[in-house]
Amino acid sequence: MSSKPQTLFDKLWASHRIGSAGDGADLIAIDRILLHERTGGVALKMLAETGHAVHAPSRVFAIMDHIVSYRSDRAADDARSPGGEVFIRETRNMAQYAGIHLIDSNDSRQGIVHVIAPELGIAIPGASLVCPDSHTCSLGALGALAWGIGSSEAEHAMATGALRVNQPPQMRITIHGELPEGTGAKDLALHIIARHGASGGKRCAVEFAGSAVENLSVEERLTLCNLAVEFSAFTAIIRPDDKVFEYVKGRPFSPAQEHSHRAAKQWMALETDEHAEFDYELSIDASKVNPLVSWGTSPAQSSAINTPIPQKADSRALAYMGLEPGVHLAGLRIDGAFIGSCTNGRLSDLRSAAKILAGRKVASHVQAICVPGSQLVKRQAEAEGLDIIFKSAGFEWGAPGCAMCFYAGGVTFPPEARVISSTNRNFEGRQGPCVRTHLASPATVAASAVAGMISQSGSVMAEIDA
Amino acid sequence: MKRASFIRHSGKFAILPVDNIDTDQIIPSREMKTVGRTGLADGLFAGWRYLSADDRTPNPDFVLNDPERSGTTILVSGENFGCGSSREHAVWALFEYGIRVIIARSFGDIFFNNCLRNGILPIRLNSEDIDKIMALDRDTTLAIDLPEQTLRCDNSAMPFDISAYGKRLLAEGLDPIELTLRSFEQIRHFHREDETLRPWIYSSAH
Repeated sequence: MSSKPQTLFDKLWASHRIGSAGDGADLIAIDRILLHERTGGVALKMLAETGHAVHAPSRVFAIMDHIVSYRSDRAADDARSPGGEVFIRETRNMAQYAGIHLIDSNDSRQGIVHVIAPELGIAIPGASLVCPDSHTCSLGALGALAWGIGSSEAEHAMATGALRVNQPPQMRITIHGELPEGTGAKDLALHIIARHGASGGKRCAVEFAGSAVENLSVEERLTLCNLAVEFSAFTAIIRPDDKVFEYVKGRPFSPAQEHSHRAAKQWMALETDEHAEFDYELSIDASKVNPLVSWGTSPAQSSAINTPIPQKADSRALAYMGLEPGVHLAGLRIDGAFIGSCTNGRLSDLRSAAKILAGRKVASHVQAICVPGSQLVKRQAEAEGLDIIFKSAGFEWGAPGCAMCFYAGGVTFPPEARVISSTNRNFEGRQGPCVRTHLASPATVAASAVAGMISQSGSVMAEIDA
Repeated sequence: MKRASFIRHSGKFAILPVDNIDTDQIIPSREMKTVGRTGLADGLFAGWRYLSADDRTPNPDFVLNDPERSGTTILVSGENFGCGSSREHAVWALFEYGIRVIIARSFGDIFFNNCLRNGILPIRLNSEDIDKIMALDRDTTLAIDLPEQTLRCDNSAMPFDISAYGKRLLAEGLDPIELTLRSFEQIRHFHREDETLRPWIYSSAH
């Protein structure tokens, strides 16, 4: 029997499609639901207020990450913003009341939701996952159907085990060639967004494919998919391969030994068939990717470090950033540096920064902070001595959470401070009122922190080696 | 729970002529002070609306602070309105402030869906129609009819698209949970079958 060739997304959709929900929407089964204290607590509260029970509490996970203090000696209720402890306490109480999994502030499994979902095997190939958080698209890196939703939809998913969704259009981005030395998944993602714009993803489910994607590690794929929402994608996905199957093995919520063979067999079929059709196709040459830094207030406003800001750059964004067309990004004096977040807070990110920081010092005028993405990342980094490297260089070494990725009130960098950051958003005020955020890879952040100005990792290494 | 419904609306509009207005601008995280959906209107556009973060002195240059724009219920903007963070608080803040319709070239996906669940009609229009609205006399009243899917202003009528499901959510103020629970047997049946196919999804941690 011959059937129409299917995309990876078609297969994931079909395997979760309960039926038509009417009005052109489908009813899609949700396997696992993730919540955090910033937007998940309110979903639990609304659910309790309306008298609905959680349909399958064993498949719902509440995690503390957004508002928790990143001070290394934090207590369970300590928040990083004034009044923030109410989010932690209420989410904890509501999670206990609902009988769902709770991963509390100082739990050994705690961390940023999108970092720990893969670590704990909550995100696995073929699973459908939602979270009231836009960066849920990260989890598509494992071949999962995962997307960000609002709090009301989270409430809906908890009450019913399903969501009503209009099937999104589909886009394939084929990335061929090899990423040049000194560039990584963050540069690749910024390259795609800068080239095709903040709306370039056209609300599509975006499949990343091609040799350059196959060559990325699982952690790098998580970084690439993480930024899909900054590109206006519905979500991102990557065909799960041996690297992924190896990665998920033996994790607490991964398939148990007795199911692993059967799961692997199903997961092998999760790929786009030959001749399957997409609504849009883009092609990217990885060898053209440079280390990038954002200069504006949208991730799409990014350029290679060694190039000047475009003459036609958005004047409003430049005014906020205190910059002008023609100014070179390399050499811009910085006041702050942050390494962490669901984009770049994993072990490989910390390693790439530590390689540059080893034996070096952060410039004296730069306030530098590193916050590992999870307790596990932190333990692994400490076992390798990375914490010593960061601390000796002059970085503060924080406790896991979203930390400086977004400002929620309280202490932050001063207004007009120029901060280089391994995070995902350079929106106005994102890291504090009038703070000027420059997005970059962890290696670029580390090199810039040492130089005291925006610098390419290669140049910092070469200078010292010379 | 019965939600706010939307059928027809006439009102004053204000223009935010910027692309990519993200939900951090609509409601900065520092303005989300309680675990709930209310008390957010004061924080709406706080970064633009007030002269400084601590001082609530209105910024006279911000369009919603213009006395002539007082009572605005319709926002008109460019591309990718509501991109960024999924925070539904952005929509709750807009509604509480009094906004009922947002007209833009395109929207952030999660924001768009959040609007439909909270009584705000998001209208996608092409650049030409947006330009026409932006060129209108500021005192023009815009009239929106959801069942008819038209926006009327100044003797012209502009049709707009909306999904049938979105239209129902808004027009009937339906509670989507109640709607889905009507299919609960079907959902249960799916889970039972799926459990035999993918038991690892349904078993607990090991």
